[in-house]
Amino acid sequence: MESQVIVVTSGKGGVGKTTTSANVGTGLAKLGKKVCLIDTDIGLRNLDVVMGLENRIVYNLVDVVEGNCRVKQALIRDKRHPGLYLMPSAQTRDKSAVSPGQMIKVIEHLKEQFDYIILDCPAGIEQGFQNAIAGADRALVVTTPEVSAIRDADRIIGLLEANGFKQMDLVLNRLRMDMVRKGDMMSAQDVVDILAIPLIGIVPDDENVVISTNQGEPLVGSDSPAGEAYANVVLRVEGKDVPFINFEKGISFWTRVTGIFHKA
Amino acid sequence: MKYFFRRKSSCQIAKDRLKILLISDRVNCSPEMMELIKTDIAKVISKYMKIDAENIEIQISTVGGRTDKGAGGKHPMLYADIPILDVTAQEQALNVK
Repeated sequence: MESQVIVVTSGKGGVGKTTTSANVGTGLAKLGKKVCLIDTDIGLRNLDVVMGLENRIVYNLVDVVEGNCRVKQALIRDKRHPGLYLMPSAQTRDKSAVSPGQMIKVIEHLKEQFDYIILDCPAGIEQGFQNAIAGADRALVVTTPEVSAIRDADRIIGLLEANGFKQMDLVLNRLRMDMVRKGDMMSAQDVVDILAIPLIGIVPDDENVVISTNQGEPLVGSDSPAGEAYANVVLRVEGKDVPFINFEKGISFWTRVTGIFHKA
Repeated sequence: MKYFFRRKSSCQIAKDRLKILLISDRVNCSPEMMELIKTDIAKVISKYMKIDAENIEIQISTVGGRTDKGAGGKHPMLYADIPILDVTAQEQALNVK
């Protein structure tokens, strides 16, 4: 199988790029894929903490790029999931320590041994973003149903298109169905209508995400609304057609659909 | 009809704001340029009919068009609302020609 390089991006900070990267990466590894997660947020690394691997960092992405170590030495193996590796970012450097060309070289090297390479993109549209998208061939655009996050996502989609991206999929994070029904939050359909890219996942606002981040163990596949949602995102990344789950038990899908018309 | 009397939901407000916001983000059209377009349109139309040039409103939007495929359609449209003061002026203009 040709390896896939996926960048997880959003423009705006704090919408769930790192959580999505960690969960999609872990989920793919659980399906038996060989996955390499790369934290490209140089200076503000977070993916290691969300993955619970922060104590095992020796070398990082900048060390690889500068030739201080071999690519293999910077990869941290996640003992809980065979086939899952993390390349952490440097904490004491800044984005200019790496160039897009160098990123492409590292990714080309990793492609030989991994099915999926997932790049956790920093917030913003500056060099960190350029580095993260340089070697990727598809993107997961993460947004929340808020005006600011959607505006930034739209800008990111424009930039990805300008950079030749053909496959961009939307992950709508932190959706609250109770607020959607009251007419106080944009629905998934509203956001898809605005951004006009295919929806690959709806992740409900779930306190279990905070708990799992506290514990350093991604919740994908666990018995929680967000865990189930991420498990479905993973299957859709794999190309499987999975119906979107109904997060509110006891409320039919039809009620949700008609609910959209009742509250305008 | 009854929902016209209801308070606008915050979801609707967000959607309306985003529509305008994203259009100007995507088109990258400055307010000065919009003003120039407006005066030029007024100039052309007033050759043929008497219009209220003061109250022309133009906006770039993706909603309401016949080819509209939702607000996320990638092809925005320019809409102009031009109040006509005197339609008969049209014939006079043609006669002059």
